[in-house]
Amino acid sequence: MRAPVLVHDALTLAERCKDAASVALIGLLLGVPMVGLTTVDQGGALQVATRWPLLGAFVLAVFVGRLVLRYSIDRVSAGKRLRERAEGAATASSAGGAGWVRQLGIAALVLALLMPIVFSDNRYVVDTATTVLIYVMLGWGLNVVVGLAGLLDLGHVAFYAVGAYAYALLSTQFGWGFWAALPVAGGIAALAGLLVGWPSLRLRGDYLAIVTLGFGEIIRVVLVNWTDFSGGPNGIASIPRPSFFGLPFRPPGDTPSFAGFFGLEFSPMHRIVFLYYVILLLCLITNLLVTRLRKLPIGRAWEAVREDEIACRALGINVTGVKLSAFVFGAMLGGVAGVFFAARQGFISPESFTFNESAIILAIVVLGGMGSQLGVVLASLVLVLLPELGRDFSEFRMLLFGAAMILIMIWRPGGILSRREPTLRVARKEGGA
Amino acid sequence: MMLELSGVHAHYGAISALRSIDLSVQVGEVVTLIGANGAGKSTLMMSLFGKPRASAGRIVFDGEDITGLPAHEVARRGIALVPEGRRIFPRMTVMENLQMGAVLADPLNFEADLKRMFALFPILDERRQQRAGTLSGGEQQMLAIARALMARPKLLLLDEPSLGLAPLMIRRIFQVIRELNRDHGMTVLLVEQNAHHALRVAHRGYVLQHGRIVLSGSGRELLASAEVRAAYLEGGQPAGRRAE
Repeated sequence: MRAPVLVHDALTLAERCKDAASVALIGLLLGVPMVGLTTVDQGGALQVATRWPLLGAFVLAVFVGRLVLRYSIDRVSAGKRLRERAEGAATASSAGGAGWVRQLGIAALVLALLMPIVFSDNRYVVDTATTVLIYVMLGWGLNVVVGLAGLLDLGHVAFYAVGAYAYALLSTQFGWGFWAALPVAGGIAALAGLLVGWPSLRLRGDYLAIVTLGFGEIIRVVLVNWTDFSGGPNGIASIPRPSFFGLPFRPPGDTPSFAGFFGLEFSPMHRIVFLYYVILLLCLITNLLVTRLRKLPIGRAWEAVREDEIACRALGINVTGVKLSAFVFGAMLGGVAGVFFAARQGFISPESFTFNESAIILAIVVLGGMGSQLGVVLASLVLVLLPELGRDFSEFRMLLFGAAMILIMIWRPGGILSRREPTLRVARKEGGA
Repeated sequence: MMLELSGVHAHYGAISALRSIDLSVQVGEVVTLIGANGAGKSTLMMSLFGKPRASAGRIVFDGEDITGLPAHEVARRGIALVPEGRRIFPRMTVMENLQMGAVLADPLNFEADLKRMFALFPILDERRQQRAGTLSGGEQQMLAIARALMARPKLLLLDEPSLGLAPLMIRRIFQVIRELNRDHGMTVLLVEQNAHHALRVAHRGYVLQHGRIVLSGSGRELLASAEVRAAYLEGGQPAGRRAE
């Protein structure tokens, strides 16, 4: 029982000193300009003065500090390991872990709610935030399929496209409004999911990935070539924007508009902020749905199928049915995100629904930590903001992006948030702790 | 008669894995199926669940022909399988695993069944919030058995429950099987390589060789039979233990 702990403790003094010395060396390198050199004001002129004794003390402090830090970390982790062995591993760590994920989620929600108020005059920020939320929604949709049910779907963009085109056609051809078309287009995307999933979900892992990849391409190619239906490569333009309970965002005119009704001065920002809150609302509903479903038998069955199909069969679970439900649900969420995308852009073309999009959505799910809701949010932030922040680096942008992804996978191989929350907590027995 | 196989054949492609199997399990019995590696024990178990499908013959469970039914339909009729290698859901907690086992059962029974399982396997009670993948092999096996029992099956199939376990744990698992049968009236079909333990716990046994049943009889008879001793027990047990 004690053996592994002892092994871990068995860092020799020499090894510890070497470790501390290398950290002290870094301290020295950083310390020369920051501590060792300073400027003094000598009669109006700045002079560089040296403070070598102080630097020496600084490096010594780093050395000793590192020794102590390293030692105490080892002690703490060794103690923790012992405790976990005694109590049962997951119980000790899960209680604390759940708390901060929840707090982080609440903090993120408050930030998301306040964001457009703080940046109400900055169109770029609100627009980027809206894009992030679209990817959050797509990520949550795909997370059900990939993260929970464990089905590798490389063609999620297909359902995004189906939703977007469904809304575009319903609104431009039949004059449907945004809110009426939203559930219908979501339903059409779910139907598409059913059509693809029905024959293909019998396939395992890699084969399913190929079929979904193919389906994603088929949808795109059909959209490009079926000009009468989808406008071909020209896409569909002047898609109506959502209105505020029937009040359009328009400069004041004969018909009532949002600004006119509330007696505000017209500003194009109204619509941008409104769109932001719409997608935020859709995201919140999605999150609520997914977290609720996870706690229901169907959600648990999704995860069980991911864990072990054969065991599921033996327990009397219709594996194909369970997979299909996850696939269809994910497709529906993708479709709803597509509706919003079309309504926000006002113009869609097959260009927006390439394999690249599928890859990014999948990267969000994998990077976030498969199955983690908050992880998807964090990964969407990283994946949308990194290329934006990298604009200054122009041609090196994608290089930086790739490097960042590699670093994340090195540091957090299971994704940013890889810990899985149990779907139910039971009161601990007395004396159990 | 709870389960009856008559003339069952099964194939993996062109290779025939089971040849004309006749086997029966009565209500309240523990029946064991022993045989060497590759004799077809697991194939026989899986063919009850339609994978591979029996290419000839009939499988009747509780008076109903279940030949070729899909696995989940078979489970629905009251057969629970504890698969080879345990196959618990490693990233889910012990509680969640047990809940998955109860998918087919009436939710009203859940609490009572849970209590029963925790009485049977107190260790699971202590670990209910722990990820199942972090349990030891023996604990995982107990969880797999408890998960199967949560469905309130009429017939419990155990596929090599002693595989890869420490001797003490093996003993405990067989003790549980005996308890289940004696105290709860559970009918058990047990597939084992560990013939010594399996035959001692079983009322009756079958010996499978190259996909064929070569011997059958009561557990005691088989344990005493020269052929079984030569093939499955000699060398398997230390010399001193053989006399008992």
